[in-house]
Amino acid sequence: MSQIRITTPLTKDIIAGLKAGDEVLLSGAIFTARDAAHKRMHELLLRGKRIPLNLKDAIIYYCGPCPAPSRRVIGSCGPTTSSRMDAFTPELLRLGLGGMIGKGDRSLEVVRAIKKYQCVYFLAAGGLGALLSTKVRSARPVLFRELGPEAIYRLEVKDFPLIVGIDSKGNNLYDKTRWKKS
Amino acid sequence: MTDAVDRRLSMREIDVTKIRDAVRELCLKANFELRGDVLRAIRKAIPKERNARAKSLLKSIVENAGIAKSKRLAICQDTGIVFVRLELGQEVALVGGDIEEAINDGVREAYSKGCLRKSVVGDPLTRSNTNTNTPAFISPEIVPGDRVRIDVMVKGFGSENKSQVKMFKPTETVEDIKGFIKAVVKGAGPDACPPFVLGVGIGGTFDVAGLLAKKALLRPVGEPSPKKNLKKLERELLKEINSMGIGPMALGGDTTVLGVNIIDAPTHIAGLPVAVNVSCHATRSAGKII
Repeated sequence: MSQIRITTPLTKDIIAGLKAGDEVLLSGAIFTARDAAHKRMHELLLRGKRIPLNLKDAIIYYCGPCPAPSRRVIGSCGPTTSSRMDAFTPELLRLGLGGMIGKGDRSLEVVRAIKKYQCVYFLAAGGLGALLSTKVRSARPVLFRELGPEAIYRLEVKDFPLIVGIDSKGNNLYDKTRWKKS
Repeated sequence: MTDAVDRRLSMREIDVTKIRDAVRELCLKANFELRGDVLRAIRKAIPKERNARAKSLLKSIVENAGIAKSKRLAICQDTGIVFVRLELGQEVALVGGDIEEAINDGVREAYSKGCLRKSVVGDPLTRSNTNTNTPAFISPEIVPGDRVRIDVMVKGFGSENKSQVKMFKPTETVEDIKGFIKAVVKGAGPDACPPFVLGVGIGGTFDVAGLLAKKALLRPVGEPSPKKNLKKLERELLKEINSMGIGPMALGGDTTVLGVNIIDAPTHIAGLPVAVNVSCHATRSAGKII
Protein backbone atom coordinates (compact mmCIF):
# COMPACT_ATOMS: atom_id res chain seq x y z
CA MET A 1 0.00 0.00 0.00
CA SER A 2 1.31 3.43 -0.91
CA GLN A 3 1.98 5.94 1.84
CA ILE A 4 0.53 9.44 1.76
CA ARG A 5 2.86 12.20 2.92
CA ILE A 6 1.15 15.06 4.77
CA THR A 7 2.43 18.13 6.61
CA THR A 8 0.81 20.19 9.36
CA PRO A 9 -1.30 22.34 9.67
CA LEU A 10 -3.96 19.71 9.06
CA THR A 11 -6.23 21.69 6.76
CA LYS A 12 -9.72 20.59 5.73
CA ASP A 13 -8.32 19.97 2.23
CA ILE A 14 -5.79 17.47 3.55
CA ILE A 15 -8.41 15.84 5.78
CA ALA A 16 -10.86 15.45 2.90
CA GLY A 17 -8.26 13.42 0.99
CA LEU A 18 -7.76 10.84 3.75
CA LYS A 19 -9.69 7.58 3.92
CA ALA A 20 -9.89 5.02 6.74
CA GLY A 21 -7.12 2.50 6.18
CA ASP A 22 -4.74 4.89 4.38
CA GLU A 23 -1.14 4.74 5.50
CA VAL A 24 0.24 8.20 6.22
CA LEU A 25 3.66 9.70 6.94
CA LEU A 26 3.13 12.87 8.96
CA SER A 27 5.59 15.75 9.22
CA GLY A 28 5.33 19.01 11.16
CA ALA A 29 4.26 20.08 14.64
CA ILE A 30 1.93 18.15 16.94
CA PHE A 31 0.94 18.50 20.61
CA THR A 32 1.04 15.65 23.12
CA ALA A 33 -1.76 15.43 25.67
CA ARG A 34 -3.11 12.56 27.74
CA ASP A 35 -5.49 12.07 30.67
CA ALA A 36 -4.41 14.78 33.13
CA ALA A 37 -3.89 17.45 30.43
CA HIS A 38 -7.32 16.71 28.92
CA LYS A 39 -8.92 17.06 32.34
CA ARG A 40 -7.14 20.41 32.82
CA MET A 41 -8.28 21.69 29.40
CA HIS A 42 -11.83 20.56 30.18
CA GLU A 43 -11.78 22.41 33.50
CA LEU A 44 -10.59 25.60 31.78
CA LEU A 45 -13.52 25.41 29.38
CA LEU A 46 -15.94 24.71 32.23
CA ARG A 47 -14.78 27.92 33.93
CA GLY A 48 -15.39 29.81 30.70
CA LYS A 49 -11.68 30.30 30.02
CA ARG A 50 -9.80 29.64 26.82
CA ILE A 51 -7.13 27.00 26.32
CA PRO A 52 -3.80 28.80 25.73
CA LEU A 53 -2.92 26.65 22.69
CA ASN A 54 -3.71 27.22 19.04
CA LEU A 55 -5.83 24.15 18.35
CA LYS A 56 -7.02 25.30 14.90
CA ASP A 57 -6.05 22.59 12.38
CA ALA A 58 -3.75 21.16 15.04
CA ILE A 59 -3.12 17.54 15.98
CA ILE A 60 -3.17 16.11 19.50
CA TYR A 61 -1.08 13.01 20.10
CA TYR A 62 -2.18 10.88 23.07
CA CYS A 63 1.28 10.30 24.45
CA GLY A 64 3.28 10.65 27.64
CA PRO A 65 6.90 10.32 26.54
CA CYS A 66 9.93 9.09 28.46
CA PRO A 67 12.46 11.82 29.37
CA ALA A 68 15.11 12.48 26.73
CA PRO A 69 18.41 10.67 27.30
CA SER A 70 21.52 12.78 26.65
CA ARG A 71 22.08 13.61 22.98
CA ARG A 72 18.48 12.69 22.10
CA VAL A 73 15.49 15.01 21.72
CA ILE A 74 13.00 12.64 23.35
CA GLY A 75 12.76 9.21 24.94
CA SER A 76 10.41 6.43 23.92
CA CYS A 77 7.14 8.00 22.75
CA GLY A 78 4.40 5.68 21.52
CA PRO A 79 0.64 6.24 21.74
CA THR A 80 -1.58 5.58 24.75
CA THR A 81 -5.19 4.32 24.71
CA SER A 82 -7.38 6.93 23.00
CA SER A 83 -10.74 5.90 24.44
CA ARG A 84 -9.79 7.34 27.84
CA MET A 85 -9.89 10.76 26.17
CA ASP A 86 -13.29 10.19 24.47
CA ALA A 87 -15.31 12.23 26.96
CA PHE A 88 -13.09 15.29 26.39
CA THR A 89 -12.72 15.02 22.61
CA PRO A 90 -15.91 16.47 21.02
CA GLU A 91 -15.44 19.89 22.68
CA LEU A 92 -11.87 20.11 21.36
CA LEU A 93 -13.00 19.20 17.84
CA ARG A 94 -15.65 21.91 18.11
CA LEU A 95 -12.88 24.39 18.92
CA GLY A 96 -11.10 23.59 15.66
CA LEU A 97 -8.80 20.68 16.49
CA GLY A 98 -8.10 18.92 13.19
CA GLY A 99 -6.96 15.49 14.25
CA MET A 100 -5.84 13.10 16.92
CA ILE A 101 -3.29 10.31 17.11
CA GLY A 102 -3.62 7.38 19.48
CA LYS A 103 -4.24 3.67 19.77
CA GLY A 104 -7.51 1.80 19.74
CA ASP A 105 -11.16 2.44 18.97
CA ARG A 106 -13.25 5.54 19.79
CA SER A 107 -16.78 6.04 21.11
CA LEU A 108 -19.76 6.70 18.83
CA GLU A 109 -19.90 10.29 20.17
CA VAL A 110 -16.32 10.86 19.00
CA VAL A 111 -17.03 9.32 15.58
CA ARG A 112 -20.06 11.61 15.24
CA ALA A 113 -18.02 14.67 16.21
CA ILE A 114 -15.25 13.71 13.77
CA LYS A 115 -17.85 13.62 11.00
CA LYS A 116 -19.62 16.79 12.13
CA TYR A 117 -16.46 18.91 12.33
CA GLN A 118 -14.63 17.20 9.44
CA CYS A 119 -11.68 15.87 11.41
CA VAL A 120 -9.58 12.72 11.35
CA TYR A 121 -8.36 10.14 13.85
CA PHE A 122 -5.02 8.47 13.20
CA LEU A 123 -3.75 5.21 14.66
CA ALA A 124 -0.14 4.83 15.71
CA ALA A 125 1.22 1.39 16.57
CA GLY A 126 1.39 0.82 20.33
CA GLY A 127 4.50 -0.52 21.99
CA LEU A 128 6.90 0.86 19.37
CA GLY A 129 7.97 3.90 21.36
CA ALA A 130 11.70 3.51 20.70
CA LEU A 131 11.15 3.30 16.93
CA LEU A 132 8.72 6.25 16.92
CA SER A 133 11.18 8.40 18.93
CA THR A 134 13.53 8.29 15.92
CA LYS A 135 10.88 10.23 13.95
CA VAL A 136 10.87 13.17 16.38
CA ARG A 137 13.12 16.13 15.58
CA SER A 138 12.41 18.35 18.59
CA ALA A 139 10.31 18.38 21.74
CA ARG A 140 9.53 21.07 24.28
CA PRO A 141 6.90 21.39 26.99
CA VAL A 142 4.42 24.19 26.26
CA LEU A 143 1.61 23.83 28.81
CA PHE A 144 0.95 22.25 32.23
CA ARG A 145 4.67 21.58 32.74
CA GLU A 146 4.01 20.60 36.34
CA LEU A 147 2.32 17.44 35.06
CA GLY A 148 5.73 15.97 34.13
CA PRO A 149 5.18 13.14 31.62
CA GLU A 150 1.56 14.30 31.29
CA ALA A 151 2.48 17.88 30.31
CA ILE A 152 1.61 19.14 26.83
CA TYR A 153 4.70 18.96 24.62
CA ARG A 154 5.12 20.41 21.16
CA LEU A 155 6.83 17.82 18.96
CA GLU A 156 8.32 18.37 15.52
CA VAL A 157 8.00 15.07 13.69
CA LYS A 158 9.30 13.86 10.35
CA ASP A 159 7.62 10.99 8.48
CA PHE A 160 5.79 9.79 11.57
CA PRO A 161 4.03 6.53 10.49
CA LEU A 162 0.26 6.47 10.95
CA ILE A 163 -2.86 4.72 9.70
CA VAL A 164 -6.13 6.59 9.23
CA GLY A 165 -8.47 5.01 11.82
CA ILE A 166 -11.56 7.19 11.38
CA ASP A 167 -11.94 9.49 8.39
CA SER A 168 -13.97 12.68 8.03
CA LYS A 169 -16.94 10.76 6.65
CA GLY A 170 -17.07 8.77 9.87
CA ASN A 171 -15.72 5.53 8.36
CA ASN A 172 -14.05 3.53 11.12
CA LEU A 173 -11.34 1.03 10.18
CA TYR A 174 -12.22 -1.12 13.21
CA ASP A 175 -15.79 -1.58 11.97
CA LYS A 176 -14.40 -3.55 9.04
CA THR A 177 -12.45 -6.07 11.12
CA ARG A 178 -13.77 -9.62 11.38
CA TRP A 179 -13.19 -9.89 15.13
CA LYS A 180 -15.27 -6.81 15.94
CA LYS A 181 -18.16 -7.91 13.75
CA SER A 182 -18.31 -11.45 15.18
CA MET B 1 25.40 -22.49 72.42
CA THR B 2 21.63 -22.55 72.02
CA ASP B 3 19.94 -23.94 68.88
CA ALA B 4 18.77 -20.47 67.97
CA VAL B 5 22.33 -19.10 67.86
CA ASP B 6 23.51 -22.19 65.96
CA ARG B 7 20.88 -21.59 63.36
CA ARG B 8 21.74 -17.90 63.16
CA LEU B 9 25.40 -18.78 62.49
CA SER B 10 24.44 -21.10 59.63
CA MET B 11 22.42 -18.37 57.90
CA ARG B 12 23.87 -16.79 54.77
CA GLU B 13 23.98 -13.04 55.18
CA ILE B 14 23.07 -10.90 52.18
CA ASP B 15 23.37 -7.16 52.38
CA VAL B 16 20.24 -5.40 51.13
CA THR B 17 22.39 -3.05 49.04
CA LYS B 18 23.06 -6.09 46.84
CA ILE B 19 19.31 -6.46 46.36
CA ARG B 20 19.04 -2.73 45.59
CA ASP B 21 21.74 -2.96 42.92
CA ALA B 22 20.13 -6.05 41.42
CA VAL B 23 16.72 -4.37 41.26
CA ARG B 24 18.25 -1.32 39.55
CA GLU B 25 20.04 -3.47 36.99
CA LEU B 26 16.93 -5.61 36.35
CA CYS B 27 14.64 -2.58 35.89
CA LEU B 28 16.99 -1.21 33.25
CA LYS B 29 17.39 -4.56 31.53
CA ALA B 30 13.65 -5.24 31.47
CA ASN B 31 12.94 -1.82 29.94
CA PHE B 32 15.69 -1.85 27.30
CA GLU B 33 15.92 -5.50 26.29
CA LEU B 34 12.85 -7.38 25.14
CA ARG B 35 12.70 -10.82 26.77
CA GLY B 36 14.40 -13.48 24.63
CA ASP B 37 11.38 -15.78 24.75
CA VAL B 38 9.01 -12.98 23.70
CA LEU B 39 11.28 -11.91 20.84
CA ARG B 40 11.59 -15.52 19.66
CA ALA B 41 7.82 -15.94 19.72
CA ILE B 42 7.37 -12.81 17.59
CA ARG B 43 10.06 -13.89 15.12
CA LYS B 44 8.42 -17.31 14.89
CA ALA B 45 5.05 -15.72 14.13
CA ILE B 46 6.30 -13.61 11.18
CA PRO B 47 6.53 -16.35 8.50
CA LYS B 48 3.19 -17.83 9.64
CA GLU B 49 1.29 -14.52 9.52
CA ARG B 50 -0.89 -14.31 6.39
CA ASN B 51 -2.11 -10.72 6.79
CA ALA B 52 0.35 -8.34 5.09
CA ARG B 53 -0.15 -5.41 7.47
CA ALA B 54 0.11 -7.72 10.50
CA LYS B 55 3.33 -9.22 9.13
CA SER B 56 4.81 -5.77 8.66
CA LEU B 57 3.78 -4.73 12.21
CA LEU B 58 5.42 -7.84 13.66
CA LYS B 59 8.62 -6.88 11.84
CA SER B 60 8.34 -3.38 13.32
CA ILE B 61 8.13 -4.92 16.80
CA VAL B 62 11.43 -6.72 16.14
CA GLU B 63 12.94 -3.50 14.76
CA ASN B 64 11.73 -1.55 17.81
CA ALA B 65 13.35 -4.10 20.13
CA GLY B 66 16.63 -3.71 18.24
CA ILE B 67 16.56 0.11 18.49
CA ALA B 68 15.67 -0.04 22.20
CA LYS B 69 18.53 -2.39 22.99
CA SER B 70 21.22 -0.66 20.93
CA LYS B 71 20.31 2.93 21.88
CA ARG B 72 19.28 2.14 25.50
CA LEU B 73 15.79 3.50 24.94
CA ALA B 74 12.70 2.13 26.64
CA ILE B 75 10.94 -0.47 24.48
CA CYS B 76 7.70 1.36 25.32
CA GLN B 77 7.18 4.75 26.94
CA ASP B 78 4.86 3.07 29.42
CA THR B 79 7.73 1.83 31.52
CA GLY B 80 5.17 0.36 33.85
CA ILE B 81 4.55 -0.08 37.49
CA VAL B 82 7.21 -2.34 38.99
CA PHE B 83 6.23 -5.77 40.29
CA VAL B 84 8.93 -7.67 42.17
CA ARG B 85 8.74 -11.36 42.95
CA LEU B 86 11.24 -12.05 45.72
CA GLU B 87 12.00 -15.71 46.38
CA LEU B 88 13.79 -15.70 49.67
CA GLY B 89 15.71 -18.79 50.76
CA GLN B 90 14.88 -19.63 54.36
CA GLU B 91 18.59 -19.81 55.21
CA VAL B 92 19.17 -16.21 54.16
CA ALA B 93 19.46 -13.34 56.62
CA LEU B 94 18.96 -9.95 55.00
CA VAL B 95 21.23 -7.43 56.70
CA GLY B 96 22.28 -3.81 56.32
CA GLY B 97 18.88 -2.14 56.14
CA ASP B 98 15.22 -2.31 55.24
CA ILE B 99 14.52 -4.65 52.30
CA GLU B 100 11.49 -2.73 51.06
CA GLU B 101 13.45 0.52 51.10
CA ALA B 102 16.34 -1.17 49.26
CA ILE B 103 14.04 -2.41 46.50
CA ASN B 104 12.43 1.02 46.11
CA ASP B 105 15.88 2.65 46.04
CA GLY B 106 16.82 0.33 43.18
CA VAL B 107 13.66 1.28 41.26
CA ARG B 108 14.18 5.00 41.90
CA GLU B 109 17.80 4.90 40.71
CA ALA B 110 16.95 2.93 37.56
CA TYR B 111 14.07 5.19 36.53
CA SER B 112 16.12 8.33 37.10
CA LYS B 113 19.37 7.10 35.54
CA GLY B 114 17.67 5.27 32.65
CA CYS B 115 15.46 8.23 31.62
CA LEU B 116 12.41 6.05 32.15
CA ARG B 117 8.98 7.60 32.51
CA LYS B 118 7.67 7.94 36.04
CA SER B 119 4.16 6.55 35.88
CA VAL B 120 3.18 6.07 39.51
CA VAL B 121 0.81 8.32 41.44
CA GLY B 122 1.17 8.17 45.22
CA ASP B 123 -2.55 8.37 45.90
CA PRO B 124 -5.07 6.79 43.53
CA LEU B 125 -7.66 9.52 44.14
CA THR B 126 -5.67 12.74 44.44
CA ARG B 127 -3.26 11.42 41.75
CA SER B 128 -0.05 13.28 42.35
CA ASN B 129 2.97 11.66 40.66
CA THR B 130 5.63 10.32 43.06
CA ASN B 131 8.21 11.27 40.38
CA THR B 132 10.29 8.20 41.24
CA ASN B 133 8.13 5.38 39.84
CA THR B 134 8.00 4.00 43.38
CA PRO B 135 6.62 2.24 45.28
CA ALA B 136 7.14 -1.14 43.66
CA PHE B 137 4.75 -3.94 44.52
CA ILE B 138 6.65 -6.74 46.19
CA SER B 139 5.49 -10.33 46.39
CA PRO B 140 7.75 -12.26 48.79
CA GLU B 141 7.91 -16.05 48.87
CA ILE B 142 9.88 -18.10 51.41
CA VAL B 143 11.57 -21.09 49.76
CA PRO B 144 14.14 -23.69 50.88
CA GLY B 145 17.82 -22.89 50.43
CA ASP B 146 20.25 -20.01 50.93
CA ARG B 147 19.68 -18.00 47.77
CA VAL B 148 17.51 -15.09 46.73
CA ARG B 149 15.81 -14.99 43.35
CA ILE B 150 14.54 -11.62 42.17
CA ASP B 151 12.21 -11.20 39.21
CA VAL B 152 11.31 -7.68 38.18
CA MET B 153 8.33 -7.13 35.88
CA VAL B 154 7.60 -3.66 34.48
CA LYS B 155 3.92 -3.82 33.70
CA GLY B 156 2.25 -1.43 31.30
CA PHE B 157 -1.26 -0.29 32.07
CA GLY B 158 -2.81 -0.36 28.60
CA SER B 159 -3.02 -4.10 29.08
CA GLU B 160 -3.39 -4.06 32.88
CA ASN B 161 -6.60 -2.04 32.43
CA LYS B 162 -8.08 -4.89 30.37
CA SER B 163 -7.36 -7.63 32.91
CA GLN B 164 -10.24 -9.30 34.74
CA VAL B 165 -11.15 -11.63 37.59
CA LYS B 166 -14.33 -13.71 37.53
CA MET B 167 -15.69 -15.86 40.31
CA PHE B 168 -17.17 -18.92 38.55
CA LYS B 169 -19.58 -21.39 40.13
CA PRO B 170 -17.80 -24.65 41.00
CA THR B 171 -20.13 -26.52 38.65
CA GLU B 172 -19.14 -24.47 35.62
CA THR B 173 -16.93 -26.15 33.03
CA VAL B 174 -13.55 -25.66 31.40
CA GLU B 175 -15.46 -24.56 28.28
CA ASP B 176 -17.08 -21.77 30.34
CA ILE B 177 -13.64 -20.67 31.51
CA LYS B 178 -12.34 -20.68 27.94
CA GLY B 179 -15.29 -18.55 26.88
CA PHE B 180 -14.46 -16.01 29.59
CA ILE B 181 -10.76 -15.85 28.62
CA LYS B 182 -11.69 -15.30 24.97
CA ALA B 183 -14.14 -12.56 25.96
CA VAL B 184 -11.37 -10.85 27.94
CA VAL B 185 -9.13 -10.97 24.85
CA LYS B 186 -11.86 -9.52 22.65
CA GLY B 187 -12.53 -6.79 25.19
CA ALA B 188 -8.82 -6.00 25.32
CA GLY B 189 -8.87 -5.45 21.55
CA PRO B 190 -6.43 -2.85 20.21
CA ASP B 191 -6.05 -0.94 23.50
CA ALA B 192 -3.90 -3.59 25.16
CA CYS B 193 -1.41 -3.86 22.24
CA PRO B 194 -1.78 -7.35 20.78
CA PRO B 195 -0.20 -9.84 20.23
CA PHE B 196 -0.63 -10.55 23.92
CA VAL B 197 0.88 -12.81 26.50
CA LEU B 198 -1.89 -14.04 28.81
CA GLY B 199 -1.26 -14.91 32.44
CA VAL B 200 -4.12 -16.97 33.84
CA GLY B 201 -4.67 -17.88 37.48
CA ILE B 202 -7.26 -20.55 38.27
CA GLY B 203 -8.33 -21.34 41.84
CA GLY B 204 -7.21 -19.93 45.17
CA THR B 205 -9.18 -16.92 46.33
CA PHE B 206 -10.15 -13.64 44.64
CA ASP B 207 -6.72 -12.10 45.31
CA VAL B 208 -4.65 -15.29 44.94
CA ALA B 209 -6.02 -15.91 41.43
CA GLY B 210 -4.87 -12.42 40.40
CA LEU B 211 -1.40 -12.94 41.84
CA LEU B 212 -1.08 -16.33 40.12
CA ALA B 213 -2.06 -14.69 36.82
CA LYS B 214 0.64 -12.06 37.28
CA LYS B 215 3.27 -14.65 38.22
CA ALA B 216 2.30 -16.75 35.20
CA LEU B 217 3.56 -13.89 33.01
CA LEU B 218 7.06 -14.48 34.42
CA ARG B 219 7.17 -17.98 32.94
CA PRO B 220 8.88 -17.96 29.52
CA VAL B 221 6.56 -17.98 26.52
CA GLY B 222 6.73 -21.41 24.92
CA GLU B 223 7.41 -23.23 28.19
CA PRO B 224 4.21 -25.13 28.97
CA SER B 225 2.69 -25.77 32.39
CA PRO B 226 4.13 -28.88 34.04
CA LYS B 227 0.54 -30.03 34.65
CA LYS B 228 -0.84 -32.13 31.81
CA ASN B 229 -4.40 -30.75 31.88
CA LEU B 230 -3.18 -27.14 31.99
CA LYS B 231 -0.68 -27.73 29.19
CA LYS B 232 -3.56 -28.97 27.03
CA LEU B 233 -5.71 -25.99 27.99
CA GLU B 234 -2.87 -23.57 27.18
CA ARG B 235 -2.38 -25.14 23.76
CA GLU B 236 -6.10 -25.08 22.94
CA LEU B 237 -6.49 -21.45 24.01
CA LEU B 238 -3.45 -20.39 21.99
CA LYS B 239 -4.91 -21.95 18.87
CA GLU B 240 -8.49 -20.81 19.39
CA ILE B 241 -7.57 -17.21 20.26
CA ASN B 242 -5.25 -16.96 17.27
CA SER B 243 -8.16 -17.95 15.05
CA MET B 244 -10.21 -14.95 16.28
CA GLY B 245 -8.55 -12.72 13.68
CA ILE B 246 -7.61 -9.85 16.00
CA GLY B 247 -3.92 -9.53 15.15
CA PRO B 248 -1.41 -6.72 15.84
CA MET B 249 -3.13 -3.34 16.49
CA ALA B 250 -6.33 -5.44 16.25
CA LEU B 251 -6.43 -4.65 12.53
CA GLY B 252 -6.68 -8.34 11.63
CA GLY B 253 -4.23 -11.21 11.48
CA ASP B 254 -3.30 -14.64 12.71
CA THR B 255 -1.12 -13.44 15.60
CA THR B 256 -3.26 -12.39 18.58
CA VAL B 257 -1.52 -14.20 21.43
CA LEU B 258 2.11 -15.23 21.70
CA GLY B 259 1.54 -17.42 24.71
CA VAL B 260 -1.00 -18.48 27.32
CA ASN B 261 0.53 -19.32 30.71
CA ILE B 262 -1.73 -20.87 33.33
CA ILE B 263 -1.05 -21.53 37.01
CA ASP B 264 -3.62 -23.19 39.26
CA ALA B 265 -4.11 -23.56 43.00
CA PRO B 266 -6.50 -25.38 45.34
CA THR B 267 -9.73 -23.55 46.09
CA HIS B 268 -12.95 -23.67 48.14
CA ILE B 269 -15.82 -26.13 47.51
CA ALA B 270 -18.10 -23.17 46.78
CA GLY B 271 -15.98 -21.42 44.19
CA LEU B 272 -13.75 -21.31 41.15
CA PRO B 273 -11.92 -17.98 40.76
CA VAL B 274 -10.33 -17.26 37.38
CA ALA B 275 -8.06 -14.27 36.72
CA VAL B 276 -6.70 -13.16 33.38
CA ASN B 277 -3.77 -10.75 33.42
CA VAL B 278 -3.41 -9.37 29.90
CA SER B 279 0.10 -8.37 28.87
CA CYS B 280 1.09 -6.60 25.66
CA HIS B 281 3.64 -7.67 23.04
CA ALA B 282 6.17 -5.72 25.11
CA THR B 283 5.94 -8.17 28.01
CA ARG B 284 8.93 -7.11 30.05
CA SER B 285 10.72 -8.74 32.95
CA ALA B 286 14.19 -9.73 34.04
CA GLY B 287 15.43 -12.04 36.78
CA LYS B 288 18.54 -12.81 38.75
CA ILE B 289 19.72 -15.20 41.46
CA ILE B 290 21.91 -13.94 44.30
